[in-house]
Amino acid sequence: MGSDLLQYTISGLTIGMIYALVAIGYNVIYNVTEILNFAQGEFVMLGGLFAVFFVGTLRLPLGVAFFGAIIATGCVGFAMERFIIRRARDASVLSLIIITIAVSILLKGTAMFCWGKDPYVLPAFSPGGPILFGGAAIQPQALWVLGVSALIVICLTLFFRRSVYGKAMLACADNPNAARMTGIPVRQMVLLSFVLSAAIGAAAGVVITPISLMEYDRGALLGLKGFGAAVLGGLGQFHGALFAGAILGLAESFCAGYLSSGYKDAVALVLLLLALFFKPEGLFGSSEAAKLKKF
Amino acid sequence: MSRKDWGIFLGTMLLIGVFPWLVKPFKAVSHYIDIMVFAGIFTLISIGLSMLMGYAGQISMAQAAFFGIGAYTSGILTTRFGLNPWLVMPVGMLLAAVVAWLLGIPALRLKGHYLAMATLGFGVIVHIVLSEEVNWTGGPSGMADIPSLTIAGTRLTSEIAYYYLVWAAVFLVLLFCFLVLHSRVGRALRAIHEEQTAAEAMGVPTARLKVQVFVLSAVLAALAGSFYTHYVTFLNPGSFNLMWSIRFMLMVMVGGMQSLWGALLGTVLMTFVGNEWLQVFADFEILAYGAILLVVALFLPRGLVSLISQGFGSRKVRPSLADGSS
Repeated sequence: MGSDLLQYTISGLTIGMIYALVAIGYNVIYNVTEILNFAQGEFVMLGGLFAVFFVGTLRLPLGVAFFGAIIATGCVGFAMERFIIRRARDASVLSLIIITIAVSILLKGTAMFCWGKDPYVLPAFSPGGPILFGGAAIQPQALWVLGVSALIVICLTLFFRRSVYGKAMLACADNPNAARMTGIPVRQMVLLSFVLSAAIGAAAGVVITPISLMEYDRGALLGLKGFGAAVLGGLGQFHGALFAGAILGLAESFCAGYLSSGYKDAVALVLLLLALFFKPEGLFGSSEAAKLKKF
Repeated sequence: MSRKDWGIFLGTMLLIGVFPWLVKPFKAVSHYIDIMVFAGIFTLISIGLSMLMGYAGQISMAQAAFFGIGAYTSGILTTRFGLNPWLVMPVGMLLAAVVAWLLGIPALRLKGHYLAMATLGFGVIVHIVLSEEVNWTGGPSGMADIPSLTIAGTRLTSEIAYYYLVWAAVFLVLLFCFLVLHSRVGRALRAIHEEQTAAEAMGVPTARLKVQVFVLSAVLAALAGSFYTHYVTFLNPGSFNLMWSIRFMLMVMVGGMQSLWGALLGTVLMTFVGNEWLQVFADFEILAYGAILLVVALFLPRGLVSLISQGFGSRKVRPSLADGSS
């Protein structure tokens, strides 16, 4: 009983960190542009599949493939902003939502075209069998997921709090016109936010693929659950996203373990609806700040 | 309704009325009647969605879910309990209305696009329920042997009979929606779309109106679901997933979301695209859908009707009043 609980907790936290990384991807773009990028989940899928391509087809070492996948997906994020979002900069929020949905369908279709419909697996980052701990088996890859997520969150927090670029990006979200007047190149910041967000999503995709495999149509559901984490944690809040991602992952894992595995995908979405209805500013967001946002 | 709208209304009705007799003699295109039955069913959905997107300025990503609620309510109550299909139809519509109301009230009270996110989550939940409740819905393998509709003791199994039934419903719904749009409510909706704050200042109950339009769109989708069920007599969850919600949105976008005629045109066109012209692509049709959605959203935000009205070169259609000048 106790070992079951531990096992579910560990697998819940592992998948929860992936949701948190997707949520952080939403937040990076939202913080700079107030756009919700519905293609966020596709970046995770692309990250995983690019890594599969580098390791499986090009026979590159795993470390190279990890960064290669992040760079390749970052380029997709770059292209998305440069050639699509930028064209629509005067569009209404309604149109922007539709445009990001269109991009997500295109990415999914392209992935199906390139990789087919089969799920792919990557070798684990470090060799060796599961570690036995308190009656639960911990896959070493789960530790990699936790470690990489923690590293990304620390780096991003430092980036936004300390670096000039990070502060400039935040300024763009608060007031793009004022930011432009102080000499911040707003368009470049927006471009950077898409690249950064795609790279974060790709990192999540690469670390999770050895555990849960990756296929072309995983993006939508990952994106939706990550979005749930972003809303639950308060849009724009990095630590909120981390915490909410963990909650969603745990809830999902306990549901699969104790209630019904068929409904595990619904848990995160039910929590998303509850958050929207009862605490739309999220657990960590302030309702006053939420009123000032366009979205 | 303006005289122009009456003209288009009667013209379209005539066109739809003679269509089966035009294509029936030719073997190569006689199955177009079947496609047009689906187009009619989908038009019921897109009219509601067009009211929601074009007039209330909100997106719903759960239209396929409401479509599914109507379809499965009809399917389950007629097969498991042997109820009369006509009696069951209002049950599905009522259920969809209640759900939409519960979903819309909290989501639309907030400013912005919370409805898009709430419906996105809700749509996926409905799809999961339809796949998981195997005892009721048959799960992923679906349910079969659903009875057809009967009128005065005759079973409506022929395509042509069903065609006229569905399109008659479409024209009744269109008439109803035009009346709504030209009433106090319609003027209030246009005011919201123009400038929500100004509308509120004038005393327009914006949140309540948006909820009402959302409920209407859900009810129409459920009605379409019932018609669909009794036409195909077979259901599986695949017709009610997120991709279908996006396809309904695409139908409205292609035609032009600020015009009910746009919804009709876009739906007929996209149904032919999906059921006939894109079949060669098989699975890769989603690439085509993504491309069409992107191109329309970027370059043709007012849809095909804006091209047509420009083409006629008559008086310039004012953008946001394209269909509402009374």
